Formats: sequence, structure tokens, C-alpha cells
Amino acid sequence: MFLSRRPAAVLGLAGLALLALFSMMIGKYGSGPGPLFAALRQLVTGEGSDPLLATVLWNVRLPRVVAAVVVGAALAAAGATYQGLFRNPLVSPDLLGVSVGASLGAVAGIFLSLPVLAIQLAAFVGGLVAVLLVTGVGMLVRERDPVLTLVLAGIAIQALIGAGISLIKILADPYDQLPAITYWLLGSMTAVTRFDVFSILPALGIGFVPLVLLRWRMNVMTLGEEEAQTLGIDTLKTRIVLIAGATLVTAATVSITGIIGWIGLVIPHIARMLVGPDFRRLLPAAMMLGAAYLLVVDMLARSIASIEVPLGILTATVGAPFFLWLLISGKRGWS
Amino acid sequence: MSVFRGLVGLVALLLSSLPATARSVTDAAGRVVEIPDKVQRVLAAGPPASVLVYVLAPEKLAGWVREPKPEEKAFLLPAVRDLPVFGQLTGKGGTANMEAVLAARPDIIVDVGTVSATYASLADKVQAQTGIPYVLIDGTFARSAAMLRETGAILGVPERAEALAAYADEKLAALEKSLAAIPAEKRPSVYFGRGAEGLETGLSGSINMEILEAAGARNAAAAAGKGGLTQVSLEQVLSWKPDVILASSPKFAHAIKDDPLWRELDAVKAGRIHVAPALPFGWIDSPPGVNRLIGISWLEHTLYPEAFPAKLDEDVRTFFKLFYHVELDDAQLAGLIGRDADR
Repeated sequence: MFLSRRPAAVLGLAGLALLALFSMMIGKYGSGPGPLFAALRQLVTGEGSDPLLATVLWNVRLPRVVAAVVVGAALAAAGATYQGLFRNPLVSPDLLGVSVGASLGAVAGIFLSLPVLAIQLAAFVGGLVAVLLVTGVGMLVRERDPVLTLVLAGIAIQALIGAGISLIKILADPYDQLPAITYWLLGSMTAVTRFDVFSILPALGIGFVPLVLLRWRMNVMTLGEEEAQTLGIDTLKTRIVLIAGATLVTAATVSITGIIGWIGLVIPHIARMLVGPDFRRLLPAAMMLGAAYLLVVDMLARSIASIEVPLGILTATVGAPFFLWLLISGKRGWS
Repeated sequence: MSVFRGLVGLVALLLSSLPATARSVTDAAGRVVEIPDKVQRVLAAGPPASVLVYVLAPEKLAGWVREPKPEEKAFLLPAVRDLPVFGQLTGKGGTANMEAVLAARPDIIVDVGTVSATYASLADKVQAQTGIPYVLIDGTFARSAAMLRETGAILGVPERAEALAAYADEKLAALEKSLAAIPAEKRPSVYFGRGAEGLETGLSGSINMEILEAAGARNAAAAAGKGGLTQVSLEQVLSWKPDVILASSPKFAHAIKDDPLWRELDAVKAGRIHVAPALPFGWIDSPPGVNRLIGISWLEHTLYPEAFPAKLDEDVRTFFKLFYHVELDDAQLAGLIGRDADR
């Protein structure tokens, strides 16, 4: 990155906007600029030959594109935060159980035949409760390294929650509920509506506040516990606030899309390779990359086959080879 | 004033975009749905709905949930064999792509199955998003005839629906009557082994066993409690001592005969192992739709050969002609029924 910070950010945002525009031109109902222009003309002049076109573009495609940008950015930001907090590159936002907790909430909602909105709410609450449990256990243990305690508590509680999910899968109706559960656990944006996108904005807004405001503290935290304390930072409070923010954005996104793995783990790495470990630059870079990556993957999800391909399958198969190539090509991000 | 005129124009535009004639139906979830008078293209949300639309009005089916296998296609009308595949509209994010659904330009979406708050709210959601009327139908087996009539009325094929519903009514009434004459101790306990290993089965009350119970058989696995599909151990199966074993896979039925452990069972000694036919749609389950009506005939024949004098071949021919629009020749018939696991 030889460019100074601002031009790069402007360039990145412009690229993202172009990609989103391109994404609006890809779909099953008609690809290319034609349908988009026709729909725009219809919107402005109120005349059009195809009334369905407006439905497709504004009620189906646009919510997907917006959701891809928002969810991709949120997952990448949460991932970058977690990796910095735990000073460990192998950490993803799922570390403290937010995804598994959300899964249990949603799966229980599907099993109890709740309305869709209630299922989403159950996922959101489940994710938050799981993380609360893990951090609660972490607080109880005073003698050990707090980070290690959190990680171990996370592993144990996730195992418990996972057992609960498996149990419900066994009890679920194989024709009605099990497919719904399976698809939910693989993540998809095919059913995302405008209302879904709006409904998570408050939680996202609240969650992003600490991530953005505490950028500098985050940098100090990556130096280590003692160093941060000698600089006068209350590490415990900072850690709690940052975990709360990252958890809130992850739980919110998961509640409307289901589980989308891999982005929160790998996108921050790629961002680090590009802009280095300084969190003030890493966070926006990771968010743009995450948004762009999920845009691309969702375009594939809705166009490569006659049916919808779940995102969980694609994010890994598209991302893993690329990531391995980056590793082999020898760039380093943790120096 | 110009604002007012603009509003009037907008309202006029909205009205003109509505179909010329429409009617309201109240679906199984109590939702009032506006549907067009003439329904030409129907999108089935799941497998049971596909079967229902296919038997009533194959020409109106817009596509499949999954591509029919080659052996299934042999028993389907040529016109529908290669319809496009749309995937399943299930819960949050099925495999159906909303844009592809809209591109198919269906007049309505029909979903058949368990009616619950999840599905009612999903229907509302998809309907609000796409503007396509979305109708839920209760898919309980005992309601087969009612299901056919309701859906026939919606699709605008009441005469055909009546013919099929009459068959279903008659079938279930005859079954009821004959079963009444069979005492409880004469009713066999049946173990339905699914999968290649045959160790997956449905517990009491599972939708997979719905017609076994309807045919008066005792589900051997009911001893393990209520629930859906589950894995059981051979030990459990041996302890239940089923009189009859039904297999979903010929592999399993075949393997049983040479297996020293399974051979302990009286059902195996007596040769009462039967492979459940599964073409073009499952006869016992998968999917749990009106396709199971022929499963009733097969079960009667298989479980109570004395009470129901053998006329299974006729039954199958009639059902396939009436429901699936297919004339069976002798070879097809023999292949379908499988003549048990010896083949």
C-alpha cells in the first residue's frame, strides 16, 4: 500500500459500489445491464412492459445485494476484532459460540414451528445468550490466563450447544423441518427481504459503535495484556465492550442469513496482508473486502445452478484455494 | 391539484396491473389469498405438492423440486419429464432461487404438508416479496380426498379432482370395512427398514409410517416411543420380533436373507420380507403425498393376503392410469411390484 490512506479508501469504496452495481445485473430473471435499465426507467417514468421486472429487481435482487454488502462487512469486522483481541490468527467470530448459539435458537424455532420472524429473533437471542454464557464462565475463573479461559469455555459450551442441535435434528420432522434446518445451517440469502435488512440495522449500528470508537485501544490491546495496562487501559472493560460489539453484529447478520462460515476467519487475514496490522486501517479494509467477497459469492450462489447453492458451501470452496495461494505466495500479515 | 392527479394516475396504474378477474380462497392456515380465475401455471413448493399438481393437472406444473431420476421418468408423462428444476421453497432459505421462481411466471405457488405458523408466515413473506399468491394445503393422509377436491377447485379442474377424490374415498372406505373384520391379533407387527442397512425406521406417529398405521398394521418400532425417523440397533429389531419386514432398499432385503443375525427372526424364516415399491413416487413415504394411496393397496395385499383377494395388478394398473396418466405393460408392472426380494 504505497497510496496514503484516504485515496485507497475512496478507491476501495468506488470498487465496491461498481461491484454492487454489477451484482444488480446478475440473476436468473435476466442478466446484463438491460433489465436494470428497464427497471430504472420504469421507476422514473412509471411505464414498463414487464411489471414483474420491478418486483424481481427491487424486492428480490436489491435486498440480496444490500444484505451481501452489510453481512460481508459485518462478519469481516467481527473477525478482525476477535483476531486482534485474542492476538491469534486462527480465531473467527464463532470462537465464543455466537454462531452455534444462533443455530440452536433458529433450529429450536423451526422445530417449534414458530413464525419466520420469531425464528430470526430466536437466532439473534440464541447467539447473544451463548456468548454471555461463555464470557460469564470466563469471568468466574480468576486464577488463569483470561484469554485461554474464554477459549476453553467457548469450546466446551459450543460442544454442549452442538449436541442440542443434533438432538433437535433427530427429533425434527424429516420432510418439513429437517430440510429447513439443514438449509438454515448452511446459510443463504435467497429469502432475504427488504424488511429483513431493515430489521437488523439497529443491532448493527449499536454493535459497530465500539468497534469504530475503540480503534486505537484495539491497537494497544494487540500488544498484550501488560503493555496495555501500563498504558492506562482497562483491558477487561475494553475486551468486554469489543466482544459485545462484535457479537451483536454477528448475531444480527446470522439471524437473517443463517450460518455463513469462513468470511470472519479469512477476510481479516487478507486485509492484513494488504494494509498491515494497524487496526485503524485494518477494520475498514476488512469490511470492504468482506462485502466484496460475499457479493461475489452470492452472485455465484444465485447463478451457477438451476437451484440456489447454499452460501456455506460456496464461501469455503471459493475462498480456501485463494487463501492457500496467498499463504504459499509468502505474504506475511502478523509482523 | 397536480399531485392529486398524479395519485389518481398511480391508483389507476395499480388497478390496471391486477389480473382482470380474481377470486379469494381461504387456505389451510386460514389465510385469505387472492388467486386468478384461470390458473395456468403452478409452482409446487415441495415434493408432496409436486405430486398433487402432477396428478390433477400435469400441464399446469411449472417445474420440479428435484430432477426426476431416469427410472422415475419412465412412469411420468413425456411432457413433464424434462421440466426445469426449481428446488424447494422451505423455511428460511430453501434451495429455490426467488428470481428463477418469478421467471417461471407461475400464477400461484402451492405448498402441501404440515400446516404450521412457520409455513404460514413463510407463505406471507414470499407472497409479499414476489406478489405471487401462495396457497397452503393440509397434507394429512386421511384428508387425501379433501385435498384433491380443494386443490382441484383452485386449479380449475373440478371434474378431474372429483374422479380422483372418489377413488380415494372408495379406497379408504373399503379399507376401513375390511379392516373392521380383521381382529387385532391377526394384524401383523411390521418393521419398516429404510436405507441400505435397513436400520433406519420411523417411530410411532412419524409421517413416514402414517399409511402403515392407516392400513391397520402395528409399527414394530412403536416400542421405542414416539417421534420421527431414527436409527435403531439390530438388537432392538430382534427384540421387537416383527411378523413382517418391509425394506425400502432391495440391497437390504437381499442382505437379510444371508445374514445369520437377521435370520433369527420369524419374519425372515417365513420369507415375509418385502421391498416397498417406490416408482415414480414412493408408495409408503417419500414424499408423503397422495402417491401413498397405491401404497394402501400394496400393503393390503402384502399384509393380509387372505382378507384382500389378490387383485393387486388390477389396482396398480387402474391407479397408474387414473392418477399418473400411464398405461402399464406387463413387464413394467412386474418390475414395479418387484415380486419381492427373490428377484
